[in-house]
Amino acid sequence: MTGNLLEIRDLHKRYGEVEVLKGVDCTMAQGDVISIIGSSGSGKTTMLRCINMLEEFQGGSIRIDGEEIGYDTAGGTRRRKKEKEIARQRAMTGMAFQQFNLFPHMSAAENVMLGLVKVKKMARDEARIVAEKWLDRVGLAERRDRFPGQLSGGQQQRVAIARAIAMNPKLMLFDEVTSALDPELVNEVLQVIKDLARDGMSMLLVTHEMRFAYEVSSRVIFMNQGRIGEEGNPREMFLKPQTERLAEFLKTSTFN
Amino acid sequence: MGYTLNFSAVWRSFDQLLWGLALSLGLAFVAIAIGCVLGLITAFGLLSKQGALRHPARIYVTIIRNTPILVLVLFTFFALPQLGIRLGKIESFVATLALYSGAYLAEVFRGGLLAVPNGLKEAGLAIGLTQAQIRNSIVMPLMLRNVLPSLSSTLISLFKDTSLAAAIAVPELTFEARKINVESFRVIETWIVASCLYVATCSVLAALLRQLEQRMSIPR
Ligand SMILES: Nc1ncnc2c1ncn2[C@@H]1O[C@H](COP(=O)(O)OP(=O)(O)OP(=O)(O)O)[C@@H](O)[C@H]1O
Ligand SMILES: [Mg+2]
Repeated sequence: MTGNLLEIRDLHKRYGEVEVLKGVDCTMAQGDVISIIGSSGSGKTTMLRCINMLEEFQGGSIRIDGEEIGYDTAGGTRRRKKEKEIARQRAMTGMAFQQFNLFPHMSAAENVMLGLVKVKKMARDEARIVAEKWLDRVGLAERRDRFPGQLSGGQQQRVAIARAIAMNPKLMLFDEVTSALDPELVNEVLQVIKDLARDGMSMLLVTHEMRFAYEVSSRVIFMNQGRIGEEGNPREMFLKPQTERLAEFLKTSTFN
Repeated sequence: MGYTLNFSAVWRSFDQLLWGLALSLGLAFVAIAIGCVLGLITAFGLLSKQGALRHPARIYVTIIRNTPILVLVLFTFFALPQLGIRLGKIESFVATLALYSGAYLAEVFRGGLLAVPNGLKEAGLAIGLTQAQIRNSIVMPLMLRNVLPSLSSTLISLFKDTSLAAAIAVPELTFEARKINVESFRVIETWIVASCLYVATCSVLAALLRQLEQRMSIPR
């Protein structure tokens, strides 16, 4: 065991002919909070989606807790793992999406319970207790029986985070979870993520909120055209960018 | 024109009409139930990435939807026996209507499946659900809600198509009405009453489906 929670080696991803990840390496220890920044189209979302096997990738490897994700590469051949196996591996990570993606026909509590019942095979009563605990943690105890259509964007995103966290993932992936929100709803969601960070949750978050990235991250990765352009601790990155690209990018970003 | 309406002959045979209606409903129920299963499987076929599933589904839907149902009814009843497939008239009609409704419902279900956002399936995958679990817990319930409004008119249409069973002498409502018409010569009265029975049944059906739609609607 190397002790790394996440180990990405030479990750290559193509959409048809277009290569969007051109050899990404990244390691992450238990409890790390890493922000991924970079301009639009640089491959941030794609990288998260590969970790969760929502996208196939053509080269390189991803390991979580030493376990190879998505493919078997033993013996020189590369084979996609069985669907069941991939489903189990996906449950090791939790993901929150830009568009929340709550199940509209289920209440907040049922959204959180679904994975507990179907994947973790919990009894419904037990699942409900766990769901209520997490909804309480994101400040939505009173709204647990509301449906997504009855909740504000910020509340929906908090339910979505609770739904992911309740599965007890080793690693949380956040993809621009505040960019679909009205400005006045951004903070309630960022606060939830900060609380999780403080509790030692390992997370990888794509964000355009530079101040938030600065405050919450132990490390920042700057993606540039499918590669990691620069990485380091947030202080160095934001105050003394080493590359022209990052300096340019930071100039066009807002800190608020 | 001194025609006076006289319903007494129709009333005397009214229970015959009701039995006919009961058979109409029975035919529709069994055929549509089979058609729903067929339609659902076909809808998934139409949306499949694999040509081996998609092409047969498309061919089935295209052939059935471009053939008049009366032709299908007559074909199954008269032509299939020549090919060695012998069915009773009720079985023959139910099989035809099931096949026919399967093709129509397939298109309805396909539309409903397409309207389920991809992001919801990905959210399901992300929490570790399998494809089958996503289909059962997320896609199907949402698809059903998507299609309920348009399903109502399709189902009523299919129910009315049971009247074509009269063409092969299945004793459903239209067939019984024609019999009474021939025996009593009360042409206008017979068809007025038969029409009223169709209208009433369709209205009840529509009301039931609207209620189901309301019961299943998502609070917002
Ligand atoms: N499904 C797809 N098919 C083809 N190309 C895609 C697909 N998804 C993304 N791409 C391309 O891959 C590249 C990387 O996209 P990605 O979504 O990872 O960028 P991003 O860094 O998340 O950008 P943003 O900040 O806008 O979210 C882009 O050039 C994009 O056009
Ligand atoms: Mg993105």
